Amino acid sequence: MNYRMIAYTMGRILIAVAATMLIPMGLSVYYGEGIIMAYTIPIIVSIAIGAVVSIKPPEDKSLFVREGMVIVALIWIVISIVGALPFYISREIPNFIDCFFETVSGFTTTGSTILANVEGMSKSLLFWRSFTHWLGGMGVLVFAMAIFSSKDTRATYMMRAEMPGPVVGKLASKWQFSARILYMIYIALTILEIILLRLGKMPLFDSIVHTFGSAGTGGFGIKNNSIAYYNSAYIDYVIGIFMMLFGLNFNVYYIMLIRKFTHLKNNDEVKWYIGFMLGAAVLIAVNIMPIYHTFANAFRYSFFQVSSVMTTTGYATADFAVWPMFSQIILVMLMLIGACAGSTGGGIKVIRVVILMKIAVNAVKKAVSPRSVFSVKADGKRIEKGIVYGVLVYFVVYMIFTGLSILIVSLDNKDFATTVTSVLATVNNIGPGLGSVGPTGNFAEFSILSKIVLSIGMLVGRLEFYPILILFSPYMWKKS
Amino acid sequence: MRVVIVGGGKVGRKLVEDFTNEGDNIVLIDIKNHICEKIEESFDVMCINGSGTDIEILGEAEIKKADLFIAVTDNDEYNALCSVMAKKMGANRCVARVRNREYFKQLDFMRDALGINLIVNPEYATADEISRILRFPVAINAETFAKGRIELIEFNVGEDSALCNYALYEIYKKYKIKVLICAVQREGKVYIPNGDFVIKGGDKLHITASHGDLTKFMKEIGIIQKKVRTVILIGGGRISFYLAKLLIESGMKVKIIEHNMSRCQELAEYLPKADVVCGDGTDRHVLEEEGIDRVDSVVALTGIDEENMIISMYAKSRNVDKIVAKVNRLSFADLMENTGIYSIVTPKNITANMIIRYARAMKSAQDTEMRTLYRIVNNKAEAMEFIVNKESELTSKTLSQIKMKENVLIAAILRHNKMFLPDGNSTFEVGDTVIVVTTHHLTTLTDVLA
Repeated sequence: MNYRMIAYTMGRILIAVAATMLIPMGLSVYYGEGIIMAYTIPIIVSIAIGAVVSIKPPEDKSLFVREGMVIVALIWIVISIVGALPFYISREIPNFIDCFFETVSGFTTTGSTILANVEGMSKSLLFWRSFTHWLGGMGVLVFAMAIFSSKDTRATYMMRAEMPGPVVGKLASKWQFSARILYMIYIALTILEIILLRLGKMPLFDSIVHTFGSAGTGGFGIKNNSIAYYNSAYIDYVIGIFMMLFGLNFNVYYIMLIRKFTHLKNNDEVKWYIGFMLGAAVLIAVNIMPIYHTFANAFRYSFFQVSSVMTTTGYATADFAVWPMFSQIILVMLMLIGACAGSTGGGIKVIRVVILMKIAVNAVKKAVSPRSVFSVKADGKRIEKGIVYGVLVYFVVYMIFTGLSILIVSLDNKDFATTVTSVLATVNNIGPGLGSVGPTGNFAEFSILSKIVLSIGMLVGRLEFYPILILFSPYMWKKS
Repeated sequence: MRVVIVGGGKVGRKLVEDFTNEGDNIVLIDIKNHICEKIEESFDVMCINGSGTDIEILGEAEIKKADLFIAVTDNDEYNALCSVMAKKMGANRCVARVRNREYFKQLDFMRDALGINLIVNPEYATADEISRILRFPVAINAETFAKGRIELIEFNVGEDSALCNYALYEIYKKYKIKVLICAVQREGKVYIPNGDFVIKGGDKLHITASHGDLTKFMKEIGIIQKKVRTVILIGGGRISFYLAKLLIESGMKVKIIEHNMSRCQELAEYLPKADVVCGDGTDRHVLEEEGIDRVDSVVALTGIDEENMIISMYAKSRNVDKIVAKVNRLSFADLMENTGIYSIVTPKNITANMIIRYARAMKSAQDTEMRTLYRIVNNKAEAMEFIVNKESELTSKTLSQIKMKENVLIAAILRHNKMFLPDGNSTFEVGDTVIVVTTHHLTTLTDVLA
C-alpha cells in the first residue's frame, strides 16, 4: 500500500473541495449572516492539511486497484466530515452526527434530511447543502481530475470506483479530457435549467439551489414542502424533465454532440429508462386520477414523482405517502431500479436491471432446452461473461447489504414501511421514503446507530459498494 | 498529438507506454477484449475493442483527426491493409510493422505504392543494432549519429580502470583525445556530468566521439579491443537471418545453430556463406562441438528469454569475449544488464524507439530538424541529432552566451563533415549537425533554451 501517494492524491482533492466552500462563504458575507467563521475554519484547516501532504509529489507514484479504492472511499468520508463542519460550527445543526448525516446525504446526492424546518436555516448554508449535491453528482474525483493536470496513468481505478455503472466508457483518450467533457455538459445543462426556472418566475436563489438539487439528482430543497411550494405546472415540468435528463447516461449527450445518432438508436439503456419512466407515470396517473380529478392534472403529479424517484432525486410536489398502495409499490420498484449508469443518479441502474432480466429469461429458456446456447446482448453488442457475472454479484451484494441495514435500523422499532424504505431511500440515494420518512417527514427521529448505518448506506450506494466495503475489510489492510 | 495504435501486443503496449510519457493522446484498437481491458487499466488511454480494418471502428477512433496511425499487429498484410484504410480515411501519417522477408526486399516500392510513411521491421532493426555492438565490442551498446560518422557507446568502468577517481577535466587534459563523456549512470541514477564530475568504478559511461578517436581512447586507457571475427548465432529466426547477412557483408564468419531442420535448409539456401548447423543450441555438447571455445562472440537469439540468458551465462563460463542476448522481458533485461557483462537487446524497445523518433521528428518545427534520437540509460536520457536549418536565436551567440536548461549537454557539432567537441566559444551555424544529450524531452533544438 503506497500511503504517501494516497495522502498526496487526497490532499489535492481536499484542497479543491475546500476551495469550493469559498462560494457559500461569499454568500454568507453578502447576506450578512455573521457565520463567516463556520466556513473560514474548515477552509483553512483543510487547505493546511491538504498542502502539507501534497506539497511534494512522492517518488513512488504507483497506484493500484487497492490504493484507488482506498482513495475513493476515504476522500468521500473526509469531505463529508469537512463539509459537515459549517453546519456544526454555526450551531444551526447542533449534533455532529446529524451534520455528518446531512452532508453525506448531500455529497451522495441522496437528499434525506434530518431538518424538520428547512426554512429556518441560513441561506448560505442552504446553498452549501445543495452545492454538495452538484459536486457529488458528477463526482469529486472527476472534478479534481478535470482541474488538476495530471500524468497519473493509474487514474482508471479511481475513476471507475467513482463513476456508477457496470462498465465505464471513456469519452476521450485521456481521463482529464473525459472529465472536462463531462463537466462541460453538466455545467451547460445546469445553466439551462436555471434560466428556464427563472422564466417560470422562481426567485434566482431558489432557481440555483433547486437546479443543483436536480442536477446532482440530490433532492435537498429550501422549502418545507419541497417543490409543491411553488404550485406551478411549468416549474413542475421543467424540474421533472431536467431530473430525467440528469438521470440519463452522460455519454449519450457526448454522442449527440459529436453527431453519431446511429449509436443512440440501439442504446438499450435509454430505451428502457424512458420506457420504465413513461409506463410508470401513466399507470400511476390512472391510479391517482380520483384524487386529482383530471388525467392531465394527475399526470403532472405522477410524472414529477416518477421522475424524481426513478432518477433518485427525491423532490416532491405531492405527498405520495398518502397515494393508493398500487402507486406506492410502483414507486418503491422504481427506487430499486434507479437511473442510468454514467448519470448522476443512484439505484441499481437501468442497465443492470436490463442485464438481470435478460439473464433470467435465458435461464428459463435453458431450463426447457438444456443444450441451447445464449449470449447476453445489450446495445447490439455481446456482453462479456465477466461483466454479466459482475452484475449478478453486484445484485447479490446489494441485497445482502440492504437486508442487513434493514435489520439494524429495525432496532429503532418503527413501522414496516418506514424501516424498509428508510434504508432503500438512502442506499439508492433517493431521499424521502414512505411512512414517517415520506416527503413531508424527515430522518431526525432515528437513533445515532441508525443514522450512522444509513450514512454508510448512502456512501455505499453512491460508490457502488466495493470501495467502502473494501475499506472496512481486514483483508485489505493485511500486509501481503 | 493524436495517435491511433492497432494491436496491443508487446510492441503495441510499449508504444502506448512511451507515447503516454510523451503526453500524447492515444487510442488503441485491439480485437481481443482482455488486451483492451489490461491496457486501459494500466494506462490513461482509450481502448476500442474491434478490428483495425473495420471502418466503423476506425471512425470511432476518430481517425480523421489522427496525426499518426501505427499498425503493429502480428500480421503483415493486416497491418498494411489497416494503414491504407487509415490513410484513405484521413490519418496524417501511417506507420506499419512489416517483417516478412519478401516484403522487406521491396520495401521502397511498397511504401510508395501503399502510401505508408514508415515501414518498420523490428527484426531487421534489432539485427542492425547487434551488428553495431559487434563492431565495437568493448561497448555494451553502440549507436551512431550523422550516418555513422559519430558514435555513441555505452561503456562499463571496471573497478581497476585507469579512469577511476579522476574528474572529467583531468581525463580530457591527460589523454588529449576528442572524446566526450555525456552521460553517467550510477546506482540507477543518470547524471549529465560537468568537468568536475569524478568517475568511479562501476559507473556506466556514455561516450561520444568519432570511431577512430574512440578506438584510440580505448587503447590509451588500457583496454585492448579485439575485433570480432567469428560469431555463433543461436536460434535461426528472422533476426538471425538479417544479422547473419549484415555480419557476412562486413567480413565476419558466421555460424547459425538452429534446431528445426526445414528452417535450417531455408537458411542454408538464402545464406550460402554462413555455416548452418542443425542442433539444440541450449545443449552444451552441441555448443562445444561447434566450437564455442574458439569463437569471439556468441549471440543468443532463441525465442525464449530464459534460454537466451542461460546460453549467455554458459558462454561466459567458456570465456567468450562478447556475448549478446535478446531479452524481451524488461525485468530480466535489467537483471542481465546490471551485471555489465552482457549486451542485451530488446526488439520491442528498438521498434518503439524507431517509431517514437519518427513521431518526435514529426512534431519538431522547421528551423531545426531532428534526424536521430536514441534513448539511453533505460530511457532515462536521450541523445539526439539536429540539423540547424536556418538562422535563429541560437545561431547568433556563442555557447557560453546561450542560457540553457539544466541537464542539457551539447555533445558534438559536425560542420563540413568534421566533428568537433564544442566549448564555450563554439557557435551554431546553419548547416551544422548538433548532437545533444539530455534528460528532457526535446522536439526542436530551441527547446534547449531555459
